[in-house]
Amino acid sequence: MADTTTAHEQRATNRGPGRLLIAVYIVFAIAATSRAGLQIATKFDEAPVAYLLSALAALIYIVAAVGLARAGHTGRRVALACCTVELVGVLGVGVLSIADKELFPDETVWSDFGSGYGYVPLVLPVLGLFWLWRTRRDPA
Amino acid sequence: MNDTVSTTSAAAASPVDGPLATVAIVISLALAVWALVAAVRHRPPDRIQFAGLAVLEVALLALTVTALVALGGGERPGEPGAFFGYLATLVCLPPLAWVLARMEPTRWGSGIVCAICLVTPVVAVRLQQTWEVLGG
Repeated sequence: MADTTTAHEQRATNRGPGRLLIAVYIVFAIAATSRAGLQIATKFDEAPVAYLLSALAALIYIVAAVGLARAGHTGRRVALACCTVELVGVLGVGVLSIADKELFPDETVWSDFGSGYGYVPLVLPVLGLFWLWRTRRDPA
Repeated sequence: MNDTVSTTSAAAASPVDGPLATVAIVISLALAVWALVAAVRHRPPDRIQFAGLAVLEVALLALTVTALVALGGGERPGEPGAFFGYLATLVCLPPLAWVLARMEPTRWGSGIVCAICLVTPVVAVRLQQTWEVLGG
């Protein structure tokens, strides 16, 4: 697949498949931000926990996209932290939202393991971590 | 969310559920297939993909205008918060694909166009659902 790319290009997180991953992250950042923003602005009192969580998820998607796009050493660390938090978040909220429905009266991006978004929120951090591992610095 | 409401006919004609939305969804899906073929064949995004994205954006902007005209006429979506969230997301998608595909002149650029063009119909359908919630 990457037979024609150089070693340098393979290590950059913002090239090739990485750019596709960034594209999906940006889509989720836009979707989550606009949704959380409007929910907080119009009906925050109904489900503050759920809306704050949506806003947090939105923020993490934005930072992860920036981290992957910036590529450098710091960018990778930021992306690694974001993907880890995302994975923990989607698994944690997924379990909690099934165990205790009343905890999240309104849907968040991460409720039911992201089933409302085609489980993409669950797959995305795994792909992100895999991509960071594939492009790691030390020679494979 | 509630998939059954979209089948009820109680709602007044939805501004986002007309031929325009159907055209946008069809263009998007056709473009996704075209871009997928290009990605599989190791081809960077071609002129057809960029032209397709431009046409798709025009269709989505026309859809937005239709929705805003209906809002101006006193009609209201069933779930205003989600509706405007999806609408804002929808019009951002083709420009996003355009910019990223320009930055990535490889097969993965075609992959980006394909992915975004698969997301667009989903967002369009969700937009229709959030308008019609009150109709049930």
